[in-house]
Amino acid sequence: MSAASLSHAPPLRAPGQSRRGERLLIGVAVVLTLLFIAAPMAYIFARALSQGWAVYAANILHPMTLHAIWLTTVTALIVVPLNVAFGIAAAWAVAKHRFPGRGLLVTIIEIPFSISPIIAGICYLLLYGRQGLLGPFLREHDLQVMFALPGIVLVTMFVTAPFVAREVLPLMQAQGSEQEQAAVTLGASGWQVFRRVTLPNIRWALLYGAVLCTARAVGEFGGVSVVSGNIRGQTNTLPLHVELLFNDLNAVGAFAAASTLTLIAIVALLVKTLLEGRKAG
Amino acid sequence: MTTAATQIGAATGARIRAKRVLPGFTLSLGTTLLYLTLIVLIPVIALILKGAEMGPERFWRIVSSPRAVAAFQITLTAALIATIFNALYGLLMAWVLVRYEFPGKRLLDALMDVPFALPTAVAGLSLTALFSANGWFGALLHPAGVPVVYTIWGIALAMAFTSVPFVVRTVQPVLEDLDPALEEAAVTLGASPWQVFSRVVFPAILPAWLAGCTTAFARSLGEFGAIVFIAGNLPFRTEIAALLAYIRLEEYDYNGAAAIALVLLGFALVLLLASNLLQFWASRYREGNR
Repeated sequence: MSAASLSHAPPLRAPGQSRRGERLLIGVAVVLTLLFIAAPMAYIFARALSQGWAVYAANILHPMTLHAIWLTTVTALIVVPLNVAFGIAAAWAVAKHRFPGRGLLVTIIEIPFSISPIIAGICYLLLYGRQGLLGPFLREHDLQVMFALPGIVLVTMFVTAPFVAREVLPLMQAQGSEQEQAAVTLGASGWQVFRRVTLPNIRWALLYGAVLCTARAVGEFGGVSVVSGNIRGQTNTLPLHVELLFNDLNAVGAFAAASTLTLIAIVALLVKTLLEGRKAG
Repeated sequence: MTTAATQIGAATGARIRAKRVLPGFTLSLGTTLLYLTLIVLIPVIALILKGAEMGPERFWRIVSSPRAVAAFQITLTAALIATIFNALYGLLMAWVLVRYEFPGKRLLDALMDVPFALPTAVAGLSLTALFSANGWFGALLHPAGVPVVYTIWGIALAMAFTSVPFVVRTVQPVLEDLDPALEEAAVTLGASPWQVFSRVVFPAILPAWLAGCTTAFARSLGEFGAIVFIAGNLPFRTEIAALLAYIRLEEYDYNGAAAIALVLLGFALVLLLASNLLQFWASRYREGNR
């Protein structure tokens, strides 16, 4: 992004007066961002460590917290690969082919972005809950979707659906399909074309999408809150565990659990910053 | 399987357009449609069916109940405050990040993505503690008589935080693509810096800016995780619509939850449409500029 801004010379401006305006705007931007965005992030670690490293370690290693970390990890390990597969399929279908309803399909892919996770949770409860449309069928076959791992995974799949697709799709569209067509002409099979030609071209966008998807999957709160039933030590994911500790008035414990999620967010941001240069180059 | 799929894809493709030479069309489109249908469409249809089942009269009674109306008002008001803040802050950030060079610029740019990367519950927890009486900011604001936590301002704050990137990231690329010759011409013709901004730059970024604001507003209406911590959740005072739906679920009042969720879904879809139209307008504007 910043590379593009360097490519053209800055517009002419009157010296002196405009420099002052520039410094003022930068100052306001920096101060506001430090107060509004950096401070909440720093505060998490300040509070998590406020009683020392020993208490912090004890909080993280508490069995309930470890269980929440495990549940969240399992959820992400199921959701992210599925989302990567979906994202590639959707991008391949939309970017490399023309068919009626393409625009509509892209809009549908984006829908989960604009729907509140709470609504997603309610949708799933109305479908798989005991009073839901599939409720009688599930009970008959003794299948538990709500208030269990499958429900958590499904809602997380809903809220993360667009993440990989929206990173890979624009890139595939911009790259066109000449290279793939050439490979097909030279006798490559579909799988070979994808693995040898397309995948190397999209790998950074794909990785970036997967990282964003992971961050989102790990942090999902509203939707999971509806379908998990908040059963302590069973269906409590890490973000739900943060809320539970907070409601128990265990603020330091809540901040310690939150700090693990914050670290994941920081890693995601670092990966993004590193990949931005590569994507451009 | 791939070859069979390719043949079918090629056969149907030939009828639509001859251009389809790449394999995997049926497989990829099939996967996409299956995933979207199972994960997104069927659950949303389940909600719409629930709404149809309860009928318009019951639906209206639920959504026009005083508590629901209050919740919608609070949600809309707070979302509006948050969006106005982000409209200005986002525009400032996009401008500063595109136009100026200064130390720490990359870090500032990276910080713009924090609200997307940070789980909303974590953001809510931190903002609540920061602004409560013994937090870094609350310690200053409380003696001054500005309580943020457990007020509508707290809700607006949480909404503003979680929707920061929308305006910045929609305006930024448009600002980068803007032809500097236009501004140079305006300066040559004697325009002041403010005139250059308001007459040349602003009209060009207006569609993108509005699209970003629309998405930020939509996101704010649906935000839940960050708000439940800071709002205090008092009915008629600081109870947002998403939380009321959640409470109805906990009371096993599925109709009540579904009706409120349907209203929020309606808002979301209308705003999605508006944002898409604005972005379409924006892309036409950009192409027209080239």
